[in-house]
Amino acid sequence: MSGPFIFSRTPLEVAALRGALADPACGGFAAFEGWVRDHNEGQRVRLLEYEAYEPLAVREAERIVAEAIARFGVAHAACAHRLGNLSVGELAVWVGVSAAHRDEAFRACRFIIDEIKHRLPIWKKEHYVGGDSGWVNCERCAAPHEHEHTRPGAHV
Amino acid sequence: MSAPLYGLVLAGGRSTRMGSDKAALRIGARTQLEQAMALLAPRVARAFVSVRADQRTDPLRGRFEQIQDTREDLGPIAGILAAQERHPASAWLVLACDLPLLDAATLDCLLRERAPERLATAFRSSLDGLPEPLCAVYEPASGAALAAYLASGRNCPRKFLSQADVKLIAEPNPRALDNANTPEEYASAMSALGEAPATTRRVTVQYFALLREQAGRSSEALVTSARTPRELYGELAARYPFSLDAALLRVAINSEFGDWSAPLKDGDAVVFIPPVAGG
Repeated sequence: MSGPFIFSRTPLEVAALRGALADPACGGFAAFEGWVRDHNEGQRVRLLEYEAYEPLAVREAERIVAEAIARFGVAHAACAHRLGNLSVGELAVWVGVSAAHRDEAFRACRFIIDEIKHRLPIWKKEHYVGGDSGWVNCERCAAPHEHEHTRPGAHV
Repeated sequence: MSAPLYGLVLAGGRSTRMGSDKAALRIGARTQLEQAMALLAPRVARAFVSVRADQRTDPLRGRFEQIQDTREDLGPIAGILAAQERHPASAWLVLACDLPLLDAATLDCLLRERAPERLATAFRSSLDGLPEPLCAVYEPASGAALAAYLASGRNCPRKFLSQADVKLIAEPNPRALDNANTPEEYASAMSALGEAPATTRRVTVQYFALLREQAGRSSEALVTSARTPRELYGELAARYPFSLDAALLRVAINSEFGDWSAPLKDGDAVVFIPPVAGG
């Protein structure tokens, strides 16, 4: 049994991820799926390349899930994130939460994806239709003030 | 009438035994290359740094006039010859960049004793009595002799000087020409300078995303005199064309988020974290 967060270099198996959260005491399940979109900030995106500093990202993600469970009182939560090259339409990140009732499941799910996006050392490089590429959040922040480190990336 | 004197700091080595770029190692507030240039420049008409082709855009070396090696993998003799070919009418005061204990008095002694009618003027090593080729003056006439020596398949500048018409002089400071090729030699030199003996530490640095591309590598082991992650990033930013200001990054030490001002310890694994974009 893996921890509540995994990285994967192959397509995510949503049924298995979801099945692991099943619990007779739970009446609500909420999930979020982040997909690769074909555009970002006016550019046509062809491919996303993800990389991560895995040991730290896994630890931090486990802390996020534990925080969500403690804060929202949900039963189970899990998250999976892809690494490597992803084409438009592919599933990049999956978050699932099961709880006694729907409200805390929705809230915990929202909390987890927001925290994942701005706390985990994960990076993505957009490859554009024209052949250019760029690291999201890194290429246009020459001056310190222009960048807001706590804002989740605009993508997905 | 002696030829005009130009200066050359040899900084084209691969620093294999040191494990990190010797030119970028610190002596007090300066790098070794800056220190060597600061000693050299006031004593010569023009001062250059000798570089390999792939070091031309290195920011540390880019601040000085450069002479690029024209022959690969021949060691310091390639740098000396490239300089002589570029400016054949000049004499060259040649310095290695890894002489942390070199002092002004030693250079002034060399220049005072310079014999322009000989091929070169060099110190006799206090260790083995052989000429020290990398703190020496090479007169214009030595260029042809050095090229012929190289053409005969040899490339050891020390042996060249021991067979050539060279004026050898005694070192005024017996440790001035101790070169530092390994972390241990560097630490020994630092302690001789009165800097705390443990001023260097071995760390590994992993690079991700934009920093990986700009560093041209995903990790490296290095010996650094940086005391904190902030100083280490400054040292690396002098070597690589990093576009991200430290204020945009976070730092991780040994797989946990860390503090920019926390003391670095021997064996630390450091990661500089560019702005993240998960999801």
